[in-house]
Amino acid sequence: MTRRLVPARLGPADVLRVGAAGLRTRPTRVFLSALGIAIGIATMIAVIGISSSSREQLLRQLDRLGTNMLTVSAGHTLFGETSQLPTDAVAMVKRIGPVSTAAATGTVEATVRRTNLIPKAVTGGIAVQAATTDLLTTLEGNVAKGTWLNAATERQPAVVLGSVAAKRLGVDRIGVQVWIGNRWFTVVGVLGPMPLAPEIERSALVGFPVAAERLGFDGHPTTIYERSAEESVEAVRAVLPRTVNPENPEEVEVSRPSDALAARAAAAGAFTNLLLGLGGVALLVGGVGVANTMVISVLERRKEIGLRRSLGATRGQVRIQFLTESLLLSALGGVAGSVLGALATVGYALSQDWPPVVPPWSIAGAVGATLVVGTVAGLYPAMRAARLSPTVALAAA
Amino acid sequence: MRERIDERPTLRDGDPDAPDGPYVVELHDVTKMYGGRVQALRGVNLTIGAGELVAIVGPSGSGKSTMLHMIGTLDRPTGGTVRIAGHDVAGLSDRELSALRARHLGFVFQKFHLSPGTSALDNVADGLLYAGVPLRVRRERAAAALERVGLGHRLGHRPEQMSGGEQQRVAVARAVAGDPPLLLADEPTGNLDSAAGAEVLRVLRDLHSAGTTIAVITHDMEIAEWCPRRVRVRDGRIVGDEGSGHRPPAEITIGARE
Ligand SMILES: Nc1ncnc2c1ncn2[C@@H]1O[C@H](COP(=O)(O)OP(=O)(O)OP(=O)(O)O)[C@@H](O)[C@H]1O
Ligand SMILES: [Mg+2]
Repeated sequence: MTRRLVPARLGPADVLRVGAAGLRTRPTRVFLSALGIAIGIATMIAVIGISSSSREQLLRQLDRLGTNMLTVSAGHTLFGETSQLPTDAVAMVKRIGPVSTAAATGTVEATVRRTNLIPKAVTGGIAVQAATTDLLTTLEGNVAKGTWLNAATERQPAVVLGSVAAKRLGVDRIGVQVWIGNRWFTVVGVLGPMPLAPEIERSALVGFPVAAERLGFDGHPTTIYERSAEESVEAVRAVLPRTVNPENPEEVEVSRPSDALAARAAAAGAFTNLLLGLGGVALLVGGVGVANTMVISVLERRKEIGLRRSLGATRGQVRIQFLTESLLLSALGGVAGSVLGALATVGYALSQDWPPVVPPWSIAGAVGATLVVGTVAGLYPAMRAARLSPTVALAAA
Repeated sequence: MRERIDERPTLRDGDPDAPDGPYVVELHDVTKMYGGRVQALRGVNLTIGAGELVAIVGPSGSGKSTMLHMIGTLDRPTGGTVRIAGHDVAGLSDRELSALRARHLGFVFQKFHLSPGTSALDNVADGLLYAGVPLRVRRERAAAALERVGLGHRLGHRPEQMSGGEQQRVAVARAVAGDPPLLLADEPTGNLDSAAGAEVLRVLRDLHSAGTTIAVITHDMEIAEWCPRRVRVRDGRIVGDEGSGHRPPAEITIGARE
């Protein structure tokens, strides 16, 4: 009785060794074909990473600014005219139980200019607004320079500039005079950025009393800002129109400024499909490069294949060898690409002052993608290698 | 696939040294056609017993390599029967043939087929890869095999750092590292000068005296004369079979040394 002939199985370590052997002797080619994969993977990781970082930045900002602020504005009448809020609207809002603070601004029909020599029409997009003294606390904003309006300065020709307004007027220090309406106002403060109230950034703010006295302001607020406990925001929102304007509640517009930020965060999270597609194309081209390298490798190494068959390698073992080689090649590119993509993300995020975020699922996806690319690219060359007859392989030049 | 070897193989006529046991190689009326036109083998009958040292000689194109491919199960015959180590090749699948080669056969080619950039030790160790030997044992046996071919001091050398003769001895070590019962060599000295060729022959002689069955293809008459048994091939037929493969080979006079 002779023994049954069963080919020995190659252990995983041996499969790896054999697969890697072909790569070790051709470093330049390995580098170049792995580079194709690396570029594709790096692009995709960077696109996902950068948009995730930008989203994270917005979410953190949202967290910092809070989502508990609502704004109320006058809105329009049924006939399309701008409607007015009652003068006691702020007081009414403050009376709503969960409301912790409320403040108002009112549009003043005046322009602000650096000097009276500049024509009236050149406003630089800066609005003059009357503001109540609790506006800054309600917005949870801060002054970059000088002070905010207080009980004294709100009666005087004093103005606080929003950050954008100050820049447009060319005001970089307090104490300067600007021309509002028909007289000089002294800049007592410049505000920091107000992401939740960009309209304030573009305003020159004066006190309600001085506006009424010197700038012909009628005392009707245009916008009311209020904050309440987070969990009561919806309840407050429901009662605000009736509170602010009992006669015409339907004219009042209530909005939540943080919603815009949240929407931007959501949009940033939905990364640009175009760029992602570009990364996909790069990956595809990289895969074609790997397939090409593998086909050439099989052609060049016919003698090695013949030798291995003579040493007892089965067709399956030859197939696995070249498939492993292809997988290793693309995995190499995948790892390099992931590192490059992560580095690009961190670099870009830091340059933008964003928190760098590389989602683990994107790395997992990269690994998956390289495995698929490696398999697909290696399949045909591996089959060709396996199909080669040992004698033809050995006779190859 | 189980093979019955109960039928006693026919003994070679007039050879007092022929073994009683089964033959390692049995070719019965083997023919081989290439592309339906070229008749490389035209009915070859050949038996090689365990422990023989046989030269297969003949002019270029006579079918020597084809015959070696049949014996080495690297290709299948168009007609006739090939039995290697008792296995009828026709009844074996490609996987089974691979297993047969891994366990029973060792090959040495005219070109050495060593992997560049890989140490002699690992080149030889790779010869045992498909026999299911663990890496550590592969290396141990590779070192022993290199010792046997007189290259014990060259384990870490890469092929490109070795002479042709040394490279061919590495290839021989690779072929015999797993102690295959049958060693097939196709023009093992074809790429070597006579001194290097003699080194290789010495290794073959030692393997033969240790019991390995060896078939050497050559068209070098000197080497043929050195072998105790010579099978002459011409136009795909065996035209002569002389000597006894069990006798020790002649003195090696080819190289200047020894
Ligand atoms: N794969 C093949 N396809 C077609 N014809 C072949 C093939 N291999 C060998 N032959 C032919 O078969 C015949 C025998 O070839 P073989 O290689 O066996 O000769 P050989 O005795 O080994 O010659 P050499 O001493 O030159 O190596 C030759 O005519 C050769 O051309
Ligand atoms: Mg030949």
